[in-house]
Amino acid sequence: MSLDLITTEGHRVTSSTEFDAPLAIRGLTVSYGEKPAVFSVDATFHPGEMTAIIGPNGAGKSTLLKAALGIVKPLSGLISAWGQPMASERARIAYVPQRASVDWDFPTRVLDVVMMGQYRSLGLLRRVSGAHRKITLDSLARVGMESFASRQIGQLSGGQQQRVFLARALAQEADLYLLDEPFAGVDAATEKAIISVLQELRAAGKTVVAVHHDLATAPEYFDRVFLINTTRIAEGTVAEAFTQPNLQAAYGGRLATAQMGAAI
Amino acid sequence: MLFEALTLQLGYNATLVTVGAMLLGIAAGATGTFLFLGKRALVSDAISHATLPGVALAFMLMVAFGGEGRSLLGLLLGSAVTSAIGLICVSALTHRTRLSEDAAIGAVLSVFFGFGIVLLTVIQSMNAGRQAGLESFLLGSTAGMLWNDAVVIALGGTLVLLAVLILRRPMTTVAFDPEFAAGAGMNVRRIELAMMGLAMAITVVGLKIVGLILIVALLIIPAVAARFWSHRVGHVVLLAGAFGGIAGYVGAAISATAPALPTGPIIVLVAFAIFLMSLLIAPARGVLAAMLRHRRFQAQVHVRQGLLALATDQPIYERLTLRLMKRRGLVRADGVATETGHAQAARALLDERRWQVLRSDPAHADAAAHYDGLTPLDTVLTPDQLKALDQGLGPRAAT
Amino acid sequence: MTGAEFVPLSLPPLVIGICAAIACAVPGNFLLLRKQALIGDAISHVVLPGIVLAFLVTGTLSAWPMMIGAGIAALVAVGLIEAVRRLGRIEPGAAMGVVFTAMFAGGVLLLEQSDTSSVHLDVEHALYGNLESLIWLDAVGWSSVFDPEALAGMPPELWRMVITTLVVLVMCVLFWRPLKLSTFDEGFAQTIGLPVNLIGLGLVVTAAIAAVAAFDAVGSIIVIAMFICPPAAARMMTNSLEAQVLWSVVFATVSAVLGYVLAGYGPLWLGFENAVSAAGMIATVSGGILALAAAFGPCRTRSGAPVEA
Repeated sequence: MSLDLITTEGHRVTSSTEFDAPLAIRGLTVSYGEKPAVFSVDATFHPGEMTAIIGPNGAGKSTLLKAALGIVKPLSGLISAWGQPMASERARIAYVPQRASVDWDFPTRVLDVVMMGQYRSLGLLRRVSGAHRKITLDSLARVGMESFASRQIGQLSGGQQQRVFLARALAQEADLYLLDEPFAGVDAATEKAIISVLQELRAAGKTVVAVHHDLATAPEYFDRVFLINTTRIAEGTVAEAFTQPNLQAAYGGRLATAQMGAAI
Repeated sequence: MLFEALTLQLGYNATLVTVGAMLLGIAAGATGTFLFLGKRALVSDAISHATLPGVALAFMLMVAFGGEGRSLLGLLLGSAVTSAIGLICVSALTHRTRLSEDAAIGAVLSVFFGFGIVLLTVIQSMNAGRQAGLESFLLGSTAGMLWNDAVVIALGGTLVLLAVLILRRPMTTVAFDPEFAAGAGMNVRRIELAMMGLAMAITVVGLKIVGLILIVALLIIPAVAARFWSHRVGHVVLLAGAFGGIAGYVGAAISATAPALPTGPIIVLVAFAIFLMSLLIAPARGVLAAMLRHRRFQAQVHVRQGLLALATDQPIYERLTLRLMKRRGLVRADGVATETGHAQAARALLDERRWQVLRSDPAHADAAAHYDGLTPLDTVLTPDQLKALDQGLGPRAAT
Repeated sequence: MTGAEFVPLSLPPLVIGICAAIACAVPGNFLLLRKQALIGDAISHVVLPGIVLAFLVTGTLSAWPMMIGAGIAALVAVGLIEAVRRLGRIEPGAAMGVVFTAMFAGGVLLLEQSDTSSVHLDVEHALYGNLESLIWLDAVGWSSVFDPEALAGMPPELWRMVITTLVVLVMCVLFWRPLKLSTFDEGFAQTIGLPVNLIGLGLVVTAAIAAVAAFDAVGSIIVIAMFICPPAAARMMTNSLEAQVLWSVVFATVSAVLGYVLAGYGPLWLGFENAVSAAGMIATVSGGILALAAAFGPCRTRSGAPVEA
């Protein structure tokens, strides 16, 4: 089954500046069965921006992220990173998967998980150097987990697990950060810690994109939102995107008017 | 010869075995469906391998008490005991330790089987054990079967089938949705236990015909094959029973025609043939049908996206989209839209705009749920509703 | 026992048993963590059709054609399981059940149909091997271990098994990091560019190599037991993957040694004359170790929250 994706053929798509953005998605359609989970979505994410991908359950938020990363195969569409095919720019991209996507009973320690973020420089057999160790411990310190370094990962709380995943992404020292539901099932302290790390990244000119499902906190945490329900409903600043018709289109009857009011 | 076998004219024993295999196949297919739908198909593999030490121990016991040790009923009872112990071990390892069920199954089946082999070598060194022929339980053997044994198998098959018929409703519910079943006040644990008990009974009855290594096939293959034909649990159970029955009947009959055609493997291969056919041609979930549907769907998505791009004067980046649109006469070879292309693009854009308006309107929340990017709105709304909607479209339609 | 008796009669089977156990147990750790423990079961069942076909093609029972046949059968089985799973959207357990039983049935049928009465090729042999018969007649005592001439007379199974074990160990050490990473978090592994499908396939192929080499010497039943029991018991001893693999090597070795000794001498101690199946006894001992670990292992229960599937 050939999709003729130009990106997979390694060609540059166009010289348009829009495609030089850290992440540009054009006409992306992903389908698990015969109903598209994501249909013909265009999206562009720029440096120094922190964007929330927002929508109801089953709106295709995580799917959009996974397709952008090449974890799920799209039915059609183009994805480019800094104007290049995604595959050639992996070193500059960090990904924080959903916490529930791995088995936390896996026999390993916090330190080892964060060290995985440096796999690209470690390779198969290179020895772990002091520099590697320093990056790992610094990353842990930035999420406030340095004292847990030698803890078995199964002994962590949900919030701590999420922080470890974020630390692993930090250890990747990337320019584009993609996070899937980083606030799902975490405590308030963790939520604060994560958001302040993300804001630091934005201040450093990095691009941050996070799947988020809480309309109420979105305006406070993010400066841009990408409202999705299978298709793109709206994209822009919180004020631009969170209009009554847009929220209605994204959430349909699934959201009480009062809640929408709160978000607006 | 095959015709005689299929019409049950090869003598009493062959007939009993064939009918017994059919009954067993029906029961196994139906029971296997419940295991398969509960994603526990391979539990039966642990059950069947755990019968070996039971067979051996029963033989040793019967010899110790002065018997000949070849009573089929006694051997089957022994096998039931150890396979039950095996099941308990699987359950204990899964629930009490961090091991997942597949590891527990693998551990139990290999250890019980290994222990069974140790016992078999002990029996071989016993005086009475030289002609015990217990190896026949590994692969099944109906050649030279005694009348009594054939009766045990036919009766056993009938009993298991009856039990499946009686328990089919609660088992369907539990396999399909255990939480709902628990909520509806059913004793899920007891029903699951009954399911396992049935799988065990089928294994035990099938030992002599199919053998303990292959009996698991009778529980799995018909169920998997049936799944390709229907999305409804009830239908899958019936079909799996039918497939199992056919495999048992035809397999046993074919095997009765020549000595070099071992019953168990033939039954399994007949079942596998049914599976292969189902995998390929079943209209509901078969591979051919799914491939055709996928290609049609993919073309639909690409053309729709291409039309929307045309309508909004955006370039079409993907070659597949262009190829599909050329084939449909929507764009010319140089990529410029044709007359039809323009018309259809305008229609697609209008449809998309209408959807946009409709989805932002709380009054249409129900209709908005039908949106998937592909369904034309005029298949969801009546012409009158469309007209009303178009009024809300206003100047946006022109932009 | 003197060296004159031990070296020719017991040393080769012991070494072969230990190597077979280790070669299977080490990749078994990863299969266990990937919830693919039963792939070892599937592989060891399809060895039979592989060797029967190899026999029918070459007409001999020499080791290499048989091992190649078994290897091909294992790869075909893995490919078929994957195909059935993906094409039919069938859960992996059921896909395995369909494929390995059908291939095994095909193997038995081929065996019955072909004229193998003149050679020693039967289902029982494929299942429990014949560890006890692998003796070293040229040995006169411990000194033979250093005598190149005598070493040449070692059962060839021994060299094959030792080399296979080394290959398996080297593969596991070399690819340790990507294996561990992709086993823990496949999605993340994909995003940093690891070929996760290739890694998964490589693991299964390594397991298949171990299984095929081991079956030739010791039969399928040890293979299944060693893929699962030592890693499963090791899982209950530690929360570190590195330590778990070491524990599994220890458990595999203990199973092989104790199983062999119990099979050979246990019945004598109990007053019987005949030894029992060493392969069966090794599997039994590994089960005993697993039972002990499940009852007393310091890390026997889950530490993480259960995964939401």
